[in-house]
Amino acid sequence: MTETPDLEQNPIIAKIRGWRPVAVAGLISFRGELTVVVYPEHLRPLTEFLKSDPDLAFTYLSDVTGVDRFPIEPRFELNYHLLSLSRRETIRLSVRLPGENPVIDSVVPVWPTANWHEREIFDLFGIRFEGHPNLRRMMMPDDWEGYPLRKDYPVEGPR
Amino acid sequence: MTTVQTATGLEQTMVLNMGPQHPSTHGVLRVLLELDGEIIVKADVDIGYLHTGIEKTAEALTYSQAITITDRMDYLAPLSNNLAYCLAVEKLLDLEVPKRAQYIRVLLTELTRIGSHLVWLGTHAIDLGAMSVFLYCFREREELLKIFELVSGQRMMTSYFRIGGLALDPPVGWTDHVQKIVQTFPSRFDEYEELLTRNRIWLGRTQGVGVLTAEDAIALGVSGPSLRGSGVDYDVRKYFPYSRYDEFDFQVPVRTEGDCYARYLCRVAEMRESLRIVRQALEKIPPDGPVKADAPGIVPPQREKMKTEMEALIYHFKIFTEGFAPPPGEVYQRIESPRGELGCFLASDGSPKPYRMRIRAPSFVNLQALQKMIEGRLVADAIACIGTLDIVLGEIDR
Repeated sequence: MTETPDLEQNPIIAKIRGWRPVAVAGLISFRGELTVVVYPEHLRPLTEFLKSDPDLAFTYLSDVTGVDRFPIEPRFELNYHLLSLSRRETIRLSVRLPGENPVIDSVVPVWPTANWHEREIFDLFGIRFEGHPNLRRMMMPDDWEGYPLRKDYPVEGPR
Repeated sequence: MTTVQTATGLEQTMVLNMGPQHPSTHGVLRVLLELDGEIIVKADVDIGYLHTGIEKTAEALTYSQAITITDRMDYLAPLSNNLAYCLAVEKLLDLEVPKRAQYIRVLLTELTRIGSHLVWLGTHAIDLGAMSVFLYCFREREELLKIFELVSGQRMMTSYFRIGGLALDPPVGWTDHVQKIVQTFPSRFDEYEELLTRNRIWLGRTQGVGVLTAEDAIALGVSGPSLRGSGVDYDVRKYFPYSRYDEFDFQVPVRTEGDCYARYLCRVAEMRESLRIVRQALEKIPPDGPVKADAPGIVPPQREKMKTEMEALIYHFKIFTEGFAPPPGEVYQRIESPRGELGCFLASDGSPKPYRMRIRAPSFVNLQALQKMIEGRLVADAIACIGTLDIVLGEIDR
């Protein structure tokens, strides 16, 4: 799958651009997967639109993933993997957050499944989710200092 | 402690700590139960006791080395984990796997599914008091573990699927052993059903217990038999087929009641469907052909060639010291593991080590539904609900 389809012809992209063109920072098509790079302040409204619009119907959130791109700024990348059960289609939303005080609106009101995903990302990356009902550590002990999955955290742990 | 208004006046609740060391939590899971008598008023699930930093470790290993740690996440279905990771790397590399390898992968993954469901059935049944089922299930599982040992040398942590195909060609005559399984297992499944499906105690403990509606299940991101027991037919093998699953004829059992009994029936039916797939795979596997892709810089050469040809030796050396570097990019590969949608997200920066390997563990997401299932119910139902979700702490905590 090495051909690059004309992404602007993609109906999902057209709908998003029709809804709010300023939200889209970029588009990537790689190995048959579509990624929409979104500005952080537009992410939460976009997710509400993608879930509620009957032609898109992305009612299922598969996964929320964090990536630390240290030392590139903006440092943190969040990827939301969405699935439309009725249309059997998937899409990825990608946002970049700065390393200094990374905060973004929580999508728990849109998809309750994001609850634990966002908690895990907070625990291991230190990204805060505004509006999350229960943002506290889950994998690491409650009093742990540091965010293990960050690139400047050693693999062997603090010594 | 909070106070609850009950029919007889104000009462106090008691916080009971279940786990992390507990025979019925299927691993190191801690559930804080706030009880009003025997009714669970509030449940708080606490995980992280088995967190070993697998995702962080993978960033320090090459792509081939990381296969070995993927086994250890969902330790009841190690070949599923291998498959998800290998497919993700192959997607990243845009590498085509030979047909023979793909059919063998399907066959072994379905045997893994049966093995995992057998453990689920045995442990779920023994939690609820049906002790004989446990031993019968493990007797059958032994036959499957013998097959895994035959092809890969390992009973559980096989690391048998490699990037580009399989680690080695299965030994001659292995299909006879699989044939024996295909012939004997259906009657064994009938035996389990005879013990449980119309058993009054089983029905009493599982019917109407832990009901999850379809809307709640979708909202909570539940997948696998836990979702299909609630009426949603999402199965990754049918929605987004991989490894030639679209060439196989099988059904996806779906029920609508959404209780523990529905999930039990789904999984038992799935075991039978897996046998159907195995039977078809046995016919489809070509008698000969390569089991590794022809990609010299990625797939290690055969040992005989490595010992006689210079280019093969150089490739071998480079692959095992430096590793191969896929192009930069991100992929997300989903497969249907016995527990649900197992996703492997890989971010590559063009170096031989995965920049980020993220495993979307189905049990991690399914466990969120536990709170909804047990609040308002009896303590004994909590045991049934934990069992019915079929969780494996290895993949929850990673």
